Amino acid sequence: MNDHSGEARTVSPLDGRSKREVAPDSSPARLGVRRDEPGVLIVELSGDWLVRSALPDVSAVAREIARSPVSALEFDVSGLGRWDSALMVRVLALQELCAKGKIEFRSQTLPSGLAKLVALWQAVPEKKDAARQEVKPSFLERTGLSWLAAWAAATGMLRFMGEIVLAFLKLVRGRAQFRWGDMFLAMQQSGPQALGIVALINFLVGLILAFVGANELAKFGGSIYTADLVAVATVREMGCIMTGIILCGRTGAAFAAQLGTMKVNQEIEAFQTFGISPIEFLVLPRTLALILTMPLLCIFADLISIAGGLVVSTLLLHITPELYLRRTVEAVTLASFLLGVFKGACYGVLVALSGCLRGMQCGTNAAAVGEATTSAVVTGITAIIASDGLFAVICNVLHI
Amino acid sequence: MTSAPDVKIEIRDLTMAFGSFVVMRDISAAIKHGEIFVIMGGSGCGKSTLLRHMLGLQSPAKGDIFYDGTSFWQSNEEDRQAKLRRFGVLFQGGALWSSMTLVENVSLPLGEYTDLSAPDIADMARLKLALVGLKGFEDYYPAEISGGMRKRAGLARALALDPDVLFFDEPSAGLDPISSRNLDELMLQLRETLGATFVVVSHDLSSIFTIADNSVFLDRVTCTMRAQGKPSELLKHSTDPAVRQFLTRGDSGAAH
Repeated sequence: MNDHSGEARTVSPLDGRSKREVAPDSSPARLGVRRDEPGVLIVELSGDWLVRSALPDVSAVAREIARSPVSALEFDVSGLGRWDSALMVRVLALQELCAKGKIEFRSQTLPSGLAKLVALWQAVPEKKDAARQEVKPSFLERTGLSWLAAWAAATGMLRFMGEIVLAFLKLVRGRAQFRWGDMFLAMQQSGPQALGIVALINFLVGLILAFVGANELAKFGGSIYTADLVAVATVREMGCIMTGIILCGRTGAAFAAQLGTMKVNQEIEAFQTFGISPIEFLVLPRTLALILTMPLLCIFADLISIAGGLVVSTLLLHITPELYLRRTVEAVTLASFLLGVFKGACYGVLVALSGCLRGMQCGTNAAAVGEATTSAVVTGITAIIASDGLFAVICNVLHI
Repeated sequence: MTSAPDVKIEIRDLTMAFGSFVVMRDISAAIKHGEIFVIMGGSGCGKSTLLRHMLGLQSPAKGDIFYDGTSFWQSNEEDRQAKLRRFGVLFQGGALWSSMTLVENVSLPLGEYTDLSAPDIADMARLKLALVGLKGFEDYYPAEISGGMRKRAGLARALALDPDVLFFDEPSAGLDPISSRNLDELMLQLRETLGATFVVVSHDLSSIFTIADNSVFLDRVTCTMRAQGKPSELLKHSTDPAVRQFLTRGDSGAAH
């Protein structure tokens, strides 16, 4: 078989490539099997073995081996044209077949470039435990794992809240590592810079409430009560909820992304190694900033939303602004106004908590920052709506 | 405790694990005052993990680390924080606080832990930056300077509180040979002038041979510490093939 080796050596990968440029037409790859002497199987490789064309598989060889015993496997590459790593894949498959059937694998006649590649492949032993094994856990196992994960998430959140409370107590005693400048910066970013979007959304909500209310109330001849509807709905519910959701998407996401990026960059660890608590230094100023700005934003949102209702009532229902405002003042009680503002502060806490928690829990790669941001917004909005339901029940019981 | 008086850091029977996955077991080493101690080994063998344990960022599965004869992991939170304040750390990418300028980065620890006035703090911070060759870059943000400069700025921040122990995570990673060599020389100078103890994680052989007084070699395959001593001595006398292979860049046997 060695008489082929001289010829085979001339077919190097480089030759293959230059031939490909010269002659774009290619002959199909073929794999044949023959036996010259008993026990030695000769695999004939011919044609062009290139990645971009379809390749014959090695089942013919496997069948031949199964048909009658083989002690050695050789290659005949006299008809082999151009080749690239496609050939290597099949050669390795044959080698594996030989290893399984304890057959001698004679690679001498293969093109020398290919033989080198095969040697390179064999040089790095597969790390057996590194390859991930697909173990599909049973239903019970999955249920248990998801409950454990939920439990870990819940305790993680509680621990985080506890740490913030402790940090706040330290701040009250004047011992926290806290920079007021950071808090004012966070207030600036979450408050004044959000005024535009808060105004726009709440103005539209006021308009929509007034439209819906005007149509329905007109059936009872009570169009004038549109003012009551807008005022009560806004002050008690819509003002704080809409502002909370806007802040969650705007500031909560920003907190998660900021802290997450700091985590990726090891900046959080740098704080820890200086003995500076990231909770006191990073989370507390952001949380306090939102607790302080949210009630103010809520009051602003209430006013804008009522203004939206006023515009609709004046233009559509021909209620005078004076009458509209008088009805509004009569409809809004101090209790419901304060309730709305208080809820706003609570939602501020929820937004800050979810943003900072997800940021601090962030993994250490770029994708994790994206996940942290998404998760912060989802957690924040869910928490706002869920707690609003809770507030509704409590207010109903207490007759507020 | 039982350790000798000139021992600054002692690692005793430390086993590191992530959950049930053991990274390294039974590491013991003693690091003397003023020594440059190198943690070496191939990629992914747990060098940085060992550093994180020494810095209190990760708690050991077993064993303990002693600083000046007192336990790190047995002591309470306040003592641990006090110990941390005597450390300076240079992270792999510098880990500068990206929302602050260089001078603010160096000033922050000074502001937190000293009673200096604001102008004094700024002067100190400028001095530390000048020490690492960053005069004139005080008001730059970390994103505006090169990777090598970021590393030096990180070193200036690590030096801010005149630490007793300086930790370096892969100081030469991502640096060109000249910058890397300059950093080595800077470390040697600092050791002479500050008398601090250095713990360096590295796999850069030329740097290891230049700076190290003592070292441990961690082996990923056996999950243990394979050798301990001055790297140049190890090269001469060690018979462990894994150690020889690492220290000779794979052409072991040829030497010796």
